[in-house]
Amino acid sequence: MEVVLEGLQQAFWLILRRDPAVVEITLRTLQVSGTATLISLLLGVPLGTALALGRFPGRRLVVSLVNTGMGLPPVVVGLFVALMLWRSGPLGRLGLIYTPLAMVIAQAVIAAPIVAGVSLAAIQQLDPRLHLQLLGLGASRGQLVLVLWWEARRSLMAAAMAGFGGAISEVGASMMVGGNIVGQTRVLTTATVLETSKGNFDLAMALGLILLLLAYLVTLAMTWLQQSGRTG
Amino acid sequence: MRRSLACLLVLPVLLTACGSGTAPTASQSGEAKPSNPTILLATTTSTQDSGLLDLLVPDFEEKTGYTVKVIAVGTGAALAMGERGDADVLLVHAPAAEMKLVESGDVVDRRRVMHNDFVLVGPAEDPAQVKGMTDAAAALKRIAQTQALFISRGDDSGTHKKEKALWQEAGVQPAGAWYQESGQGMGATLKIASEKGAYTLTDRGTYLHLRDKLDLAILVEGDDRLQNIYHVMVVNPQKHPGVNAEGAKAFADYLTDPETQKVIGEYGKDRFGQPLFFPDAGQE
Repeated sequence: MEVVLEGLQQAFWLILRRDPAVVEITLRTLQVSGTATLISLLLGVPLGTALALGRFPGRRLVVSLVNTGMGLPPVVVGLFVALMLWRSGPLGRLGLIYTPLAMVIAQAVIAAPIVAGVSLAAIQQLDPRLHLQLLGLGASRGQLVLVLWWEARRSLMAAAMAGFGGAISEVGASMMVGGNIVGQTRVLTTATVLETSKGNFDLAMALGLILLLLAYLVTLAMTWLQQSGRTG
Repeated sequence: MRRSLACLLVLPVLLTACGSGTAPTASQSGEAKPSNPTILLATTTSTQDSGLLDLLVPDFEEKTGYTVKVIAVGTGAALAMGERGDADVLLVHAPAAEMKLVESGDVVDRRRVMHNDFVLVGPAEDPAQVKGMTDAAAALKRIAQTQALFISRGDDSGTHKKEKALWQEAGVQPAGAWYQESGQGMGATLKIASEKGAYTLTDRGTYLHLRDKLDLAILVEGDDRLQNIYHVMVVNPQKHPGVNAEGAKAFADYLTDPETQKVIGEYGKDRFGQPLFFPDAGQE
């Protein structure tokens, strides 16, 4: 319990002093997980929408795969991405292993199924008569999708929040493909692991609290957007 | 709503663009920058957890203009990275396993850097009564006989390899409820042993570093077999094209340089009253 209090105190001081090392890894955490969330939205929302609206053989199988993917273990993703990106791997020539971009890729792979799964449910949740009405009014497929997204915007925002939460909180994949290199690929989660293994539990706790605060602030901003313009 | 949403989503990308400009650390010495400035160092967790690399790597980077990517994993994983050509230079502590890579031609230019030693630590109450023994294998045998709790790294690290070799010498196949594997680094394993009141084998450096946070005492030390020797080696560019051999050699040269060796020998004296590593470049 003492460690928690010390951690709280230290977190407070680190933020107040704007400790350069902490500011740097906090910004990198935001960059990596934010970019990964963006990519996961670009992939996940269209995929979820297509699965919600499409009718094709094997659809249920794909849906069940996406739903399983929502619980994709980050270490497995990390191992797979690392195997691809290692110098000895098929994409080794790109020189991406142990770079922030490698972490973005791994986190996007983790977050995309979450976004797709929630988007799928969000679009399916809409009144099917809306769909028919829009088609009846002569909407094109593109227009139909845009209106559906607009109608489901709050749920899609929830998808973004869930995806971001998945990306920013994972550590296994970031450790494996990023390497936790100081000044390059160290983010809040991997720094917390390192300080724990060094026995600096109070600093580890402080970093954990800063991570929580960061996740809270980002989610707060998204919640604010989600709830804006709410009537009644 | 839509516009503000777009701004929010674009923000991290912008941050990425701004952030990338500040990443590389330029050489201050005014020397010409090396043609391939990035070196991938695969090393053991002990060199990182003890804080030694935090001291040496920035100094090396400043002197040479190289940027070192330090990947701290268990010695087993570090050696595997060398074997696959996924690293440029290795700094590890498992001489027998290292020789296999030398023989297979995966690494070249293997040089001794420093040593410290392993110690057997455990609860001060010492249920297996091993305190003061000078034969590490015999001490382990007694722990097995009394079925006192022992935490093994279990991660194929250099420390784990050493531990397995000692069990073999003791003629014990450790198994049972008293023998538990943590599968984690040295710091985490010490913490587990401390919480459980168990014995474990550790390098002295990591133990000294964490001593204040542990309820563990050094019980067995000084056995010749407990020596922990670190070697640096260059991944063979002939066998693994793409390896930054020039940078790797520069790092090996730096570690074995008399000036660096002095820094290694001093490290930890101010905090622990004794050095964490003993430099011995040039010895065999």
